[in-house]
Amino acid sequence: MGKFIRLKKGFDINLAGKAAPTIASIDQPETFAIKPTDFHGIYMPKVVVKEGDSVKAGSVLFHDKKHEEIVFTAPVSGEIVEIKRGEKRKLLEVKILADKTIEHLSFTKYSVSDIVSLSREKAQAQMLQSGVWSNIIQRPFGIVADPKETPKAIFISAFDSSPLAPDYNVLFKGQEQYFQVGIDILKKFTTGPVHVNVHSEREISPVFSQVKGAELNKFSGPHPSGCVGVQIHHIDPIHKGVVMWTINPFGVIQIGKLFLNGVYDASKIIAVVGSEVSTPQYYKTYTGASIKKFIDGKLKQDNVRVISGNVLTGTKIERDGYIGYFDHLVSVIREGNDYEFLGWIMPSGKKLSFSRAFGLFSFLAPSKEYALNTNVHGEPRAFVQTGEFEKVTPMDILPTYLIKSIIAEDFDEMEALGIYEVIEEDVALCEFVDVSKHNVQEIIREGIELIQQS
Amino acid sequence: MKFLRNQLDHVKHNFEKGGKWEKFFFAYEAFDTFLFTPNTTAGTKGVQVRDAVDLKRLMMTVIIAMVPCLLFGIYNVGHQHFLALGQQAAWDAKVWVGLVQVVPIIIVSYATGLGVEFIFATIRRHPVNEGFLVTGMLIPLVMPPDIPLWQVAVATIFAVIIGKEAFGGTGMNVLNVALTARAFLYFAYPLQISGEVWTYIPEGAGVVSGYSGATPLAIAAQAGTTQGADAVAALNSFGTGWADNLYSFSNMFFGFIPGSLGETSTLMCLIGAVILIATGVGSWKIIVSVFAGAYAMGLFMNLVGGNAFVMLPAHYHLVMGGLAFGAVFMATDPVTAAQTERGKWIYGFLIGLFTVLIRVFNPAYPEGIMLAILLMNVFAPLIDYFVVSANKKRRLQRATV
Repeated sequence: MGKFIRLKKGFDINLAGKAAPTIASIDQPETFAIKPTDFHGIYMPKVVVKEGDSVKAGSVLFHDKKHEEIVFTAPVSGEIVEIKRGEKRKLLEVKILADKTIEHLSFTKYSVSDIVSLSREKAQAQMLQSGVWSNIIQRPFGIVADPKETPKAIFISAFDSSPLAPDYNVLFKGQEQYFQVGIDILKKFTTGPVHVNVHSEREISPVFSQVKGAELNKFSGPHPSGCVGVQIHHIDPIHKGVVMWTINPFGVIQIGKLFLNGVYDASKIIAVVGSEVSTPQYYKTYTGASIKKFIDGKLKQDNVRVISGNVLTGTKIERDGYIGYFDHLVSVIREGNDYEFLGWIMPSGKKLSFSRAFGLFSFLAPSKEYALNTNVHGEPRAFVQTGEFEKVTPMDILPTYLIKSIIAEDFDEMEALGIYEVIEEDVALCEFVDVSKHNVQEIIREGIELIQQS
Repeated sequence: MKFLRNQLDHVKHNFEKGGKWEKFFFAYEAFDTFLFTPNTTAGTKGVQVRDAVDLKRLMMTVIIAMVPCLLFGIYNVGHQHFLALGQQAAWDAKVWVGLVQVVPIIIVSYATGLGVEFIFATIRRHPVNEGFLVTGMLIPLVMPPDIPLWQVAVATIFAVIIGKEAFGGTGMNVLNVALTARAFLYFAYPLQISGEVWTYIPEGAGVVSGYSGATPLAIAAQAGTTQGADAVAALNSFGTGWADNLYSFSNMFFGFIPGSLGETSTLMCLIGAVILIATGVGSWKIIVSVFAGAYAMGLFMNLVGGNAFVMLPAHYHLVMGGLAFGAVFMATDPVTAAQTERGKWIYGFLIGLFTVLIRVFNPAYPEGIMLAILLMNVFAPLIDYFVVSANKKRRLQRATV
């Protein structure tokens, strides 16, 4: 039996523009791209294709120089049209012009009964070759999992509590069999349990409720209850020397499809949401899709920011940019590039705040939807207010002290204060509520990188 | 507003890198951001939306919480003035006397303090912080009504430079800046800030017969040194003839007593506390625990027994002197207070406890809250250190299970 964990701390950012539970049909985007920058712990991605090469879905595009066995593969078949590099020839995107019908590279197919007796080595080899491996994220540090490790446990967060999050009931509908096979495969990698964590007050998809061989834990409470780091903290906290793996249900299903169907299947459902989208809804496409077709002519106005992912942890992308590897969400909100006269004191019912300071009324109407913009609402300052970070961090961690230890580059303090337990998303709300406007997530990643190098 | 914005944009380039007044960029920026919230947008990675709150709004909330104390203080300066002179006066006359005394002090405090802030921001090339918005109002509220303005200026400059900038500016200071200003005056110019200075009496004006400017704490301390005295009786009988029941419990609670400009009224401080707590800007833990600490220490002294001051009923301590004002506005300064939630309980409780301890056992200085807060400011990092250590230990133990 799984655990039931009640979380109280946190904050739900209630935004306008939630997706209707409909999957719209649309012509597939012409191009797709895989971005090495979506992965942490990849030191020097080495491209193995050239512009003009043709690839199949599952063909290797690039691999990690330090871990050559970890490869990143094409989500669709087609022609490599661009290998985009930035400063110092840093690899940014490998772009594919997709075929009309997708051809898959074929891998070994297994029946459900074969999978039971399959060894870890064989399973691992196929997962590495096909590229599904990069779905597995290792804690501490939130990096692509090291195939040589045996994790203490594997954690799957089966709900997303972030703002405008896609509904997993829509994303993974009817994938019961693949999810089960994925779990069966993952169980070969750990001596401990596989945890599937659901939210007690949400409708639980049969994909998760019927799963066998995994611990089904229930969580309640606001965001960040869906962040897997928070869940690990309450079920089996990480300390120095312990390795856990985490994986999104999408990855589990992709692993299931790899073994049952013998293909690297990158088809996924994404939600295009936000206050500036005319009809927020779901679309069926593939990993790394160009978002142009989902955006063009479908916005209410032009001064917008397009974000791959949610508004707390996402990345700003161009209107013809590509959705991130791990994202199932494109958020479009207004760009807040305007001045506001006496904006620091004017009372307003349109502003959302975790604080109840003078003139901010959002605490009175917790169920109201807000159309937020990207304005920072103030200037960066030294730490002044205390106690706010703690209110949005449902972990026995003191975020302010952790952040200060990172800024001071004090390794012992960082370790003692919990750097092994967090990645950016776990503390994203701290960055949101911060009166002094620190880039908390960036600082946390710097801390992680420091401690990794030490 | 468009016109104003255009004007600002028109001169902005002069202050930017390469402009002729480049040095004064941060001074310009302070004005610009005061008028308009800037058009800065979130970065490429990380949060794409930010909370609507900023430091300016936070500081303004504190100032709004101080307004009841300020308004009452202005009235009370006039009220005490006419009481001492033995004259009847309408409320508007009292307010007028109060305004004439109080407004210059506020102007001097803000002008010198902000002047120092701007100079430091320009020299050190950092943005002007909003911290002084609150400090600039706190300093006048803890001054006697008749303080020489030059002393206000000197104290403010001292407090901002030594109390804050020397430590790295807003957010880095160890001691509460406003209390540093007051402590500076107390030790540098004790004549003007101790004894019977708490009522504004113009030079040469005759006071009513029987007048005394002694404060409730001084009377209680006096009672403490007299054999067989009773502090409550001494307070109640004070002022007979020219201001009956001046130091009755209710009068002290409402604040119609001589004292620093803004700190006489416990009621007004409590209204401020309600604003701070309701908005979440001030820590209710600190406010509650200061009162609790003072009350607990008062009770403990009653149990132990001794002289008349020791036997003063514990609830009197809560309305006398600056305890309420200190608890609500000084102890809650987030920079100098304990920063951990558990630490805040300890920090506040000890402030209350030390306040009463200093009051009762230090005849030279009957008011204890200022020294108690400054003392605990120094110890706040130590309290936090233990709370953080406990957190580390707890996490380590959890991991080895």
